[in-house]
Amino acid sequence: MKKLFTGNEAIARGAYEAGVKYASAYPGTPSTEILENMATYKESILAEWAPNEKVALEAAIGGSVAGARTVAAMKHVGVNVAADPLFTFAYTGVNGGMVLITADEPGQHSSQNEQDNRNYAKFAKIPMLEPSDSQESKDMIKVALEISEAYDTPILIRMTTRVCHSKGIVECFDREEVGIKEYVKDAKKYVMVPAHAKVRRIAVEERINKLKDFSNTTALNYFQWYDTKIGIITSGGTFGYANEVFGKDASYLKLGFTHPLPDKKIKEFASKVDKIYVIEENDPYIEDYIKSLGITCHGSDVFPCCGEMTPDVIRKSVFGEMNPTIDYDENKVIARPPTFCAGCPHRGFFYEIGKRKNIMVSGDIGCYTLGFSDPYNALDSSFCMGGSLSIGHGAQQVFNMKENNKKRVVSVLGDSTFFHTGINSLLDVVYNKSNSINVILDNRITGMTGHQQNPGTGYTLQGKETKIVEIEPLVRACGIENVRVIDPNNLKEVKETLDWALSLDEASVIITRWPCVLKKFSKEDKEEFKGAFMEKCSIDKEKCIGCRMCIKTGCPALSFDKEAKKASINPVQCVGCEVCIQTCPVSAIAKEEK
Amino acid sequence: MTKSILLVGVGGQGTILASKLLTTGLMEAGYDVKMSEIHGMSQRGGSVSSQVRYGDKVESPVIEIGGADILVSFEKMEALRWLKYLKPEGKAVVNDFEIESMPILNGKVDYPKGINEELVEQANATIIDAATKAKELGNSKVMNIILLGTVVKSMGLEEIDWEKIISGNVKEKFIDMNIEAMKIGMDLVK
Repeated sequence: MKKLFTGNEAIARGAYEAGVKYASAYPGTPSTEILENMATYKESILAEWAPNEKVALEAAIGGSVAGARTVAAMKHVGVNVAADPLFTFAYTGVNGGMVLITADEPGQHSSQNEQDNRNYAKFAKIPMLEPSDSQESKDMIKVALEISEAYDTPILIRMTTRVCHSKGIVECFDREEVGIKEYVKDAKKYVMVPAHAKVRRIAVEERINKLKDFSNTTALNYFQWYDTKIGIITSGGTFGYANEVFGKDASYLKLGFTHPLPDKKIKEFASKVDKIYVIEENDPYIEDYIKSLGITCHGSDVFPCCGEMTPDVIRKSVFGEMNPTIDYDENKVIARPPTFCAGCPHRGFFYEIGKRKNIMVSGDIGCYTLGFSDPYNALDSSFCMGGSLSIGHGAQQVFNMKENNKKRVVSVLGDSTFFHTGINSLLDVVYNKSNSINVILDNRITGMTGHQQNPGTGYTLQGKETKIVEIEPLVRACGIENVRVIDPNNLKEVKETLDWALSLDEASVIITRWPCVLKKFSKEDKEEFKGAFMEKCSIDKEKCIGCRMCIKTGCPALSFDKEAKKASINPVQCVGCEVCIQTCPVSAIAKEEK
Repeated sequence: MTKSILLVGVGGQGTILASKLLTTGLMEAGYDVKMSEIHGMSQRGGSVSSQVRYGDKVESPVIEIGGADILVSFEKMEALRWLKYLKPEGKAVVNDFEIESMPILNGKVDYPKGINEELVEQANATIIDAATKAKELGNSKVMNIILLGTVVKSMGLEEIDWEKIISGNVKEKFIDMNIEAMKIGMDLVK
């Protein structure tokens, strides 16, 4: 049976076919759809969202130790969070096969950095596979699980955005049940006290040597012989790009198994071609290894150091020319920057906080990161998931060292980000007696990645009802005494609450509670937020004085006619959040029934 | 020979469904197909593109600058944004439809004038009014299928059983309207 699958859909299908029983992940572009698709194989795979990537990997480790084939999936920066268990799991090895999927982001389409997670395979001393397209993504999951079990090791599959999100034709088969292996208590293997870990340390080195032999013999690393004047060594999505540019004018060493790298195959290939180009995205991971073998090759001297190595980039780098293009007036193209949606519950909060002076706003990763941009210009910083509260805490501690300090820090993150690692940071705030202001923008869902359930929503990834972790009592249990839950669409309430928090000389938490405008309401949401997003606002043109106060809310449903000097509301987009109504000095905006 | 189709527009205009139908049809017709989409940071309102490539064997899922045989734009400013991806001899089909972005909405700049003229002057462009045609059909959402119809005609893909593809991928009550929309699109281009 043939299907058109994205790489992520193919990974899920591959896991299904290969008998995976248990999978865990935290959503993150471009990896999110891996678990979303695995979740559809409800009868065969238990698929779960974990609160963060470390927890996801640990859950998958537990599943493997207990005897099942397991998968953990995450975006590249998620592996940083999960690195701690990964490096020791590399020592213990597995019981059931275990695959960790990293989805890297060459080009940084929606990420804060461009780290190359192939370095993790080398660092943790575990094998790695790099699929080039959807078919390979599906096939490699099965191979990866077999390698994992044969060599007693977790294994990394490195995807990239284009492999994750591009569709290709995939041949599908039925599931092969592999069963759950027997669990045998084995402290020497799984209790990593130094005495045991020192023994496993040797096993890791022996394993990597065996895997080197495997790398030299496996069909995952293969030659394609055409013209031998140019030899291309490549892996992952760049294999397709290289083929697009060179076709049969070059020969290829296609590397599917990229840690450890195959020294013998590389030497053989190098001896048969005149000139070698190493084409890879991000770091010179393969290039450095080839050079360490004493082989001359071209890579980072020819290609850009970052971004995607798409066919046009390769063409320009190697041949110095691009395809001919059409000349046109590029001044006619206006930017289309991302914005908060009409009705977004973050708007009211950022509208108010953006007006404050002498504060630092410590931001986080989520839709609300857009609070940095025009017209709010509110954020001072954004680093990593859950980091806002602790970065804000550290900043506040240092500001407080100055005499007569007036600078206050407001740290801002979302509900899912709070559960991710923000909760640890809040403990830091409480324990170390901070006076920072901590805001949890609770929009009842994990928003930016496309609406995944989390511990606060009441539903699991596979749709089961579960306990709702309520943020307010949780925050109080952490030791925060000053807590308020507010409606972010009520500007007066937002303003007064900020005044209250700024007047305190101890830590506070403000929880803004209103759902994401794009959320599919659960039965609990329907009850709590009855009638939300069912209305619309309109502007009385006679009353409008053209002051543009409403425009400063940055709502895409609002527009301003420069000639008529009047604002208007797009009735299709407006959902009646009322934020603009509260900004109008002449009460020209009113609510209508939709 | 691999052919490259670039569908561009603004998030929410239905480029994803159009490219899904297109790729499904191409696969069922026996072509090798690859398709690439980038999901940006914003849920709604951002510039979006679907890159579809088909032939005997497709290597890269992405279209190079100067590599598209046809550029179909659901919004006219987006046509200009992506025009450098079109081959000089390629065709452009442009929906005469404006969606204002934030700098335009908040009155900082005006929606650029003369886009259609620029497109017709510089490229082999056909300007169509899919929005009005969709409204006449009774649902402005089928604008995407009208635009898909222009792709089918322009690329000579009429032989594929599109009625079957549509029937298998859209809700039953919308099937007839979508089939009609596809026909309207096919009649809008040569």
